[in-house]
Amino acid sequence: MTTAALAHNASTKTALIDLLYRLGDDSLIIGHRNSEWTGIGPILEEDIAFSSMAQDKIGHALAFYTLLHELGEPDPDTIAYGRGPERFRCCSLVTLDIFGDGKSAPPAALSNNPVRDRVVAQGDWAISLVRQFFFSEADAVRMAALEQSAYEPLAHLARKLRGEIKYHTLHARTLLPRLGRATAESRDRLQSAAAALYPHALGMFEPTPHDATLADAGIAPAEPELCDRWQREIAPIMDGSGLVFPPRSSPVYGGRTGKHLPELTEVLDALQKVYRLDPTAIW
Amino acid sequence: MAASSRPPATEVDRVWKALEGVTDPEIPVLSVVEMGIIADVAVRDGQVRVRMTPTFAGCPALDVMRESIGHAVRAAGYEDVAVDVVFDPPWTSDRISAVGRQKLKDYGLAPPAQNCGGGRVTESALAGVSCPYCESADTTLESIFGPTLCRAIHYCNACRQSFEQFKPV
Repeated sequence: MTTAALAHNASTKTALIDLLYRLGDDSLIIGHRNSEWTGIGPILEEDIAFSSMAQDKIGHALAFYTLLHELGEPDPDTIAYGRGPERFRCCSLVTLDIFGDGKSAPPAALSNNPVRDRVVAQGDWAISLVRQFFFSEADAVRMAALEQSAYEPLAHLARKLRGEIKYHTLHARTLLPRLGRATAESRDRLQSAAAALYPHALGMFEPTPHDATLADAGIAPAEPELCDRWQREIAPIMDGSGLVFPPRSSPVYGGRTGKHLPELTEVLDALQKVYRLDPTAIW
Repeated sequence: MAASSRPPATEVDRVWKALEGVTDPEIPVLSVVEMGIIADVAVRDGQVRVRMTPTFAGCPALDVMRESIGHAVRAAGYEDVAVDVVFDPPWTSDRISAVGRQKLKDYGLAPPAQNCGGGRVTESALAGVSCPYCESADTTLESIFGPTLCRAIHYCNACRQSFEQFKPV
């Protein structure tokens, strides 16, 4: 089918819209999570790195939401700020907070910006780094596949984003082997982050009822196939960093059908705060 | 399209000329033309359509550039201007012109290596970048992320100062 036919056929259009929501929502939420380090990163270079990757991903979300708008969905701001958690289609990996075990003991005195205070007091940058590693490798695998998409606007966008995402994968591919082989503490922290995050990372590839339609129409490969490609990419880097895959991991699914962790509500409370106060506000 | 309906080349040239005066607010020495941001210009029945291909999808200067482009074309005498943001062709740093590269260097930004745009960049393409101040290749990559999305930070071991590079993207 041609691009125009894909956008007019009811079943391919529905599947395409679902795919674009998954891509856009993953981008927006990981962008927001990474932006939580802005100004308070553990070292200046990483503050800048996570802020830059956040800016990239929020730009990618805008681009995916723009494609949705062209298919008749609401405008990008309404998509980002006007939906409740049940209408988001992001995976659990991007929604997780970065507090790890610190969750059980919140700091006593929180000021006017509780999220920021908690990141300063309890945020575990190792969680952010390992998440970014799992996510950006998957992002690169997806964009490489989508460059061949039969839906041309998506193929063009994937080609564009690939150059940017390359820097995200380079970032983690540089740091992971260094930290994995630095001290016992840095290795342990990466390993425990990898163990905690891996089931959620597998959840990035939650199969959806639209997989067959998307694959048959040549819009996108099925999720299990992308998962295989992703695992082949990350295995040598994990190994080269002295990290091992947690045994017997079952994927955490649900995000692609709107069943989310409670953390997504917290993220949206922060992300949508201004819009909820005044949808016409300009900032 | 019949030859007669095609606008005279001079009209398209006039628009390109006008665009040469529009700069990227983050790198004010370079025009959007030298930067390779303008994908196409079309003029039909007095209506101008400019297609721009953004450097980064999340570039905060995008809206400003879009407005400046419209303004410059109107100042050249065309009231009816549409500026479309497109991803085809995708912008890569390989689209920066030779003049643009020289201007980047004069501005103190090391130009990006050529032929490694569009996701083809490797760590080795980011190593040994020539220092824009003293030309030494004895430099070290400090950070692949910098003060704007399009810049990386290096250190020159010869003249002992940090410098920025326009990243190959």
